[in-house]
Amino acid sequence: MTESFINARPATVMRPPAPPKKWTRSRVVGHLLVSLWIALLAGLLVYLYSAWNPELIQKYGPTYLAGLKTTIGLVGSSILLGALISVPVALGRMSKNRIASSIAYAYVYFFRGTPLIAQVFLFYYGLGSFKPQLEAVGLWTFFREAWYCALLAFALNTAAYQAEILRGAVRSVSLGQWEGAASLGISKFVTFWKVILPQALIVALRPYGNEIILMIKGSAIVALITVYDLMGYTRLAYSRTFDFQAYLWAAIIYLILVEIIRHIWDWLERRITRHLIR
Amino acid sequence: MEGSIALLGFGEGGWGPSIASGVLVTVSLALATLPVGLAIGFFVALGKQSPERSVKLAANMYTTIFRGLPELLTLFVVYFGAQIGIQKLGQLLGYQGTIGINSFIAGMFALGAVFSSYASEVFLSAFRAIPKGQYEGGYAIGLSSGQTMRKVILPQLIRIALPGLANLWMILLKDTALVSAIGLADILRQTGVAARVTKHAFLFFGAACMIYLVLAILSSFVIDAIERSSAKSGAKR
Repeated sequence: MTESFINARPATVMRPPAPPKKWTRSRVVGHLLVSLWIALLAGLLVYLYSAWNPELIQKYGPTYLAGLKTTIGLVGSSILLGALISVPVALGRMSKNRIASSIAYAYVYFFRGTPLIAQVFLFYYGLGSFKPQLEAVGLWTFFREAWYCALLAFALNTAAYQAEILRGAVRSVSLGQWEGAASLGISKFVTFWKVILPQALIVALRPYGNEIILMIKGSAIVALITVYDLMGYTRLAYSRTFDFQAYLWAAIIYLILVEIIRHIWDWLERRITRHLIR
Repeated sequence: MEGSIALLGFGEGGWGPSIASGVLVTVSLALATLPVGLAIGFFVALGKQSPERSVKLAANMYTTIFRGLPELLTLFVVYFGAQIGIQKLGQLLGYQGTIGINSFIAGMFALGAVFSSYASEVFLSAFRAIPKGQYEGGYAIGLSSGQTMRKVILPQLIRIALPGLANLWMILLKDTALVSAIGLADILRQTGVAARVTKHAFLFFGAACMIYLVLAILSSFVIDAIERSSAKSGAKR
């Protein structure tokens, strides 16, 4: 019985599978795409090299640096100011008081639902139409400056986003953590500061990084309200020289800036989640 | 108060018609960008999850560049760069006149590039959420890889990616305001013109913000309806 069963096996031997193809279709496409990118980047380098003009660089190089400083200063201060404003907004969003929570909700909805550029225009041009009233209360010197208007608009805008980040992060920490701390007799404030916040920040870190990058990119629009940031000087250089490399240099600087932040954030995230790695 | 209503209205001396045409431009630009961005984003996501390293590298370079550049700068680079490029091409072919680029088309490409690089991330995480067994099941009943993608994976993918894509749509709607900087007569441009002529800047820019808010609210209704209908066709769990 067993013997006949063994003999029933087909005489042909199963061949081993064919060795994998070296050049699959996706591999060919991939190499083509990568070489396209390399060609584009090489073209960019060749263009920048051939268009290299020491006079131009000498004239506009320092202005780019000054513009970069303005950009970083504006983004840094609006992020910090926004972080301060975001705390009461987030508290309002989480509050059980209907009035506080609906005011905070309306604030967040307005600033997240309208374009940043429209908000900046509203603050800079719009508040200009209240010049007499603002002069009366002595605030006109503040709102006359495009830089301050931009700072205020950016801070209020990022506060709305940061409030949502903060709220989401605090919500992500389970209620048991509050209860555990309460059962140890720890006060609410200390619980928040020592128990909840460290856990929430791990969740919030990545969105915060994204928010900073979004602000850096969004800050380019202040060039439209006469603030000379990196984009502002770029537009100035282009309008005077009609040399396209003005925009390409700005693109390179912005890309480097964003990549630096991104890598710092990757490092930060690895660092503060060390204890979670097994 | 009555004066402001007259200024925003459609009657004599009202800016209603020009603002309404701006709304039309904004909405049509966003709607025209959406399919471009979705299609490119889908293929970039496919590239990112490919086992082939070179495809992955090319796709990652795409997203790094377009997510790292400010949208306004991308817009200017596309607008002026395409203008110069086409001009050079025209000269090469012996055409001497000036060639202008349509700012609508430039805006569509620039915003589409930005949208697609973000959309590729959304699609990628949706791809990762679909278990491998779904592909294997598709192959096991004799579907080709293209059919498996179309009939098995894609319907689930869209359902998972929908919230992320809805978010991106809201961002796209807001980003269209940037095209006013390259001269397209969208909401912000039209209200800006009205503000300059009438000196009622706060009124008109406030109105612009409100219109964007209304557009956001309207789209959230549409998105809710789409989400409900797509959830209905999903399997009960």
